[in-house]
Amino acid sequence: MINYSLDNFANLVDNSNNSTVFEVVFYILSIFITCLIFISIFVMVVVYIERKVAAAFQCRVGPNRVGWKGILQSVADLLKLLTKEKITPLYSDKFLHFISPMLCISASFMTLLIVPFSPYIQIINIDMGILYWSAVSSLGILGILLAGWSSYNKWSLISAVRAASQLISYELSIILSVLTMIIFTNTLNIQKIVLSQLNGCWIWRGHLVTLIAFTIFFIASIAELNKIPFDLPEGESELGAGFHTEYSGMQFAFFFLAEYVNLFITSTIIVILFLGGWLPWHISGFSIFNELMDSIPPIIWLLLKVSIIIFVIMWIRWTLPRLRIDHLILLEWKFLLPTSLANMVLASFLVLNNLYFYV
Amino acid sequence: MIISILKDAIASKYESFVMQDSKVSIDTNVIIKLSKFPEFMQLIRDDKDFKFDILLDHTAVDYIDENVFHLVYHLYSSSYNHQVIVLVEVPRDKPVVSTLCNIWRIAEWQEREVFDLFGILYNNHPDLRRIFLEDDWVGFPLRKNYKDNFMLEK
Amino acid sequence: MTIHLKTLNEILHNLDEKKHWGTKEYFINMGPQHPSTHGVLRFVLKLEGEIIKEIIPILGYIHRGIEKIGESVSYRNFVHLTDRCDYFSSIINNWAVSRTIEQALNMETNDRIETIRTIFAEIQRIQSHTMWWGVFGMDLGAFTPFFYGFRDREFLTSIVEETCGSRLTMNYIQPGGVLYDIKSNFIKRIKQYIQYLRPRIEEYEKLISDNVIVQKRTENIGILPSEKALSFGSTGPVLRASGIPLDLRKNDSYGVYDKVKFSVVIGTKGDSWDRYWIRIEEMRQSLNIIEQLVDNIPAGKHMVTKYTTKIKLPVGYHHSSIETARGILGIFVASDGMENPYRIHMRSPNYNNLWSITDMAVGLKISDLVTIVSTLDLIIPDVDR
Repeated sequence: MINYSLDNFANLVDNSNNSTVFEVVFYILSIFITCLIFISIFVMVVVYIERKVAAAFQCRVGPNRVGWKGILQSVADLLKLLTKEKITPLYSDKFLHFISPMLCISASFMTLLIVPFSPYIQIINIDMGILYWSAVSSLGILGILLAGWSSYNKWSLISAVRAASQLISYELSIILSVLTMIIFTNTLNIQKIVLSQLNGCWIWRGHLVTLIAFTIFFIASIAELNKIPFDLPEGESELGAGFHTEYSGMQFAFFFLAEYVNLFITSTIIVILFLGGWLPWHISGFSIFNELMDSIPPIIWLLLKVSIIIFVIMWIRWTLPRLRIDHLILLEWKFLLPTSLANMVLASFLVLNNLYFYV
Repeated sequence: MIISILKDAIASKYESFVMQDSKVSIDTNVIIKLSKFPEFMQLIRDDKDFKFDILLDHTAVDYIDENVFHLVYHLYSSSYNHQVIVLVEVPRDKPVVSTLCNIWRIAEWQEREVFDLFGILYNNHPDLRRIFLEDDWVGFPLRKNYKDNFMLEK
Repeated sequence: MTIHLKTLNEILHNLDEKKHWGTKEYFINMGPQHPSTHGVLRFVLKLEGEIIKEIIPILGYIHRGIEKIGESVSYRNFVHLTDRCDYFSSIINNWAVSRTIEQALNMETNDRIETIRTIFAEIQRIQSHTMWWGVFGMDLGAFTPFFYGFRDREFLTSIVEETCGSRLTMNYIQPGGVLYDIKSNFIKRIKQYIQYLRPRIEEYEKLISDNVIVQKRTENIGILPSEKALSFGSTGPVLRASGIPLDLRKNDSYGVYDKVKFSVVIGTKGDSWDRYWIRIEEMRQSLNIIEQLVDNIPAGKHMVTKYTTKIKLPVGYHHSSIETARGILGIFVASDGMENPYRIHMRSPNYNNLWSITDMAVGLKISDLVTIVSTLDLIIPDVDR
């Protein structure tokens, strides 16, 4: 069995303090460009997959003209967005109109820094990774709010206000579910959270409590991502296009990119907290099977699990209708929040009495 | 046909309301005198023999040669399932009639349409303005003497 | 004598000046181009936060003057114009004009013609309702039912195209008969379609009707009590949802409706949920009607008069009505004995159904307005004519 222990990776990080300014700048720039390339390629792939999945649910084919089976469709869309004219409404608040897409995309960028693709591939491993993630992802809310406000458009304003109330409410449930898992894992470091699941994933080790936490986190994260059934801010049938009505070209592309990167990040957090992150699937006792599973590189495991979660989110998106705003807020404050609070109390009870599997 | 029996029944019951000397020579349904018109409509809605609780339709016909408008009211009864057409004759140079908004609420919109297209004015109407055409349109298109630049001559 | 003519600007400014607005009230325009107003319908909404205080519908964006055009075309040509009003079920509109002319001329048609007309009217009703169901799902946010509804409508469209020649504006039912006789594999295709659609309706019920989100969004929303429904002149599924059993197919039988067994679906409360499931149930009833008729089409001619004879109605007033998928469509003709009608008027069901929204939607939210407009099943060219 491969020895996954964090001490083995310590020598990969260069702890010497005598790096020049040039090296630091180079380091930052390389991170930036890597993220950029990753985001572009990843989003193109995911957009294509979403369109094909949607087509499958709707009994049609999806893009199949541009490239072999439509693979280059996303490239064509990207080129179209790059070459569009940038239109700004006349009476809009120019500065806010300019920076709100940037706020959204920078929030997504910054959360990308702590994602553990594999034990060796992670940009920075902060000691409080999960806390950093929950703090930084809230910047996106500000971007949406400013986008709706600065557009000088009453429909965008309605959508921005809805977005603010929805996203702030569902943040609470997310944080509480994360805290419930932290009670089990006893650490905020993301790699250590993954390693704590060597004996089994938390979703079944903590039986009822983690199952409830998983459900609440899943529902709340669909709300955070503005996907149907929670897509009131972008209610296409009611408001046209919601908060990003007045944006075109690259600024719209930023919102679009931010949405898909958030989808990836949130699915990754679900996988890390509940489903074992990059750990392979082991069945205790079957050593041949386990060795076969070990030989698949961990990044493939992570991407496999993340793609299952993304598929389920898309499945829900194309099936259900949209919730009304008061139903949405009611769901959060009267159902999800009390349940997650009670769940947290129950989790601490379980941990204190060692009542979960594989203590 | 049920319409003719009904027409005779109404005409005989409300004889004082029916107009005998119409200028347009069409043998048709019940024609009511203009002066007694609103009370007739109220009576005929509440009358237990007829019970016309739906105003299906309200429109107008422009008889330019005889200088009158005929206002047409198509009433239907949901309990007895019979219908009748009531007409009111209105002079063409003073087309004013009182509204039926208090009796059937849908009259508000139907009268707006007739005002928009024919120019017939309604007393005590809560919201009399044009409905299909712009607010500053000049003229009433469905009148027989309407002309504008968009019309094609045959 | 109090007649006061207003304009829209006056109304808006009047409300402005009264100054008893709350601090959160504002006007917003749900403009003629909007994803969910089903056509070019414009609403001016006075909102407080998300609650609607007042709705002012503004019509006329697709007013084509069909009644004025009707005064300069012949009766047969007017049938073409009625296609363009309620274009989701255009054959039924044609029947309204044909019925008026046939009643005025005392023209008797044979059983084959009436059976074919009834079958096609029910086909159009199913087409209209499947399309409505898809659009209803889309308005509520579920984009998938739109494709399913369109696909089911498409099968019927190709069946109808084989006989009538066109897909949207059929111009099929003429005074005196139907334009073309049905083709040879019409009956087989219709039977296949009935087998296809019945299990689909059950599947669609599981997808949308059993969905708690849909139920919460439509129950007790837009309640139209029965006295108000009568006074607002609503007809069709809107009136039947409020509890009034008014269906011209039963009350004023035309075609061969008196020879088939079907039930008139009636709701209880008059809310959006009632208006929704009544139409699903009507689809099933229409399938029953078609199934009873399609095997027993009697033999005969498909047109009792020659298509080229000129039609002149006797002097006087003539009218008749038909139950379309959305309500009662009435045709009123004032004739002076000439080839063209002196005055022809269409009592459009959507025009009369629309006005109830100014009363129903007050106090609800924008999402509820979308739901109500969707369950009223409006076609705006029929409102504007």
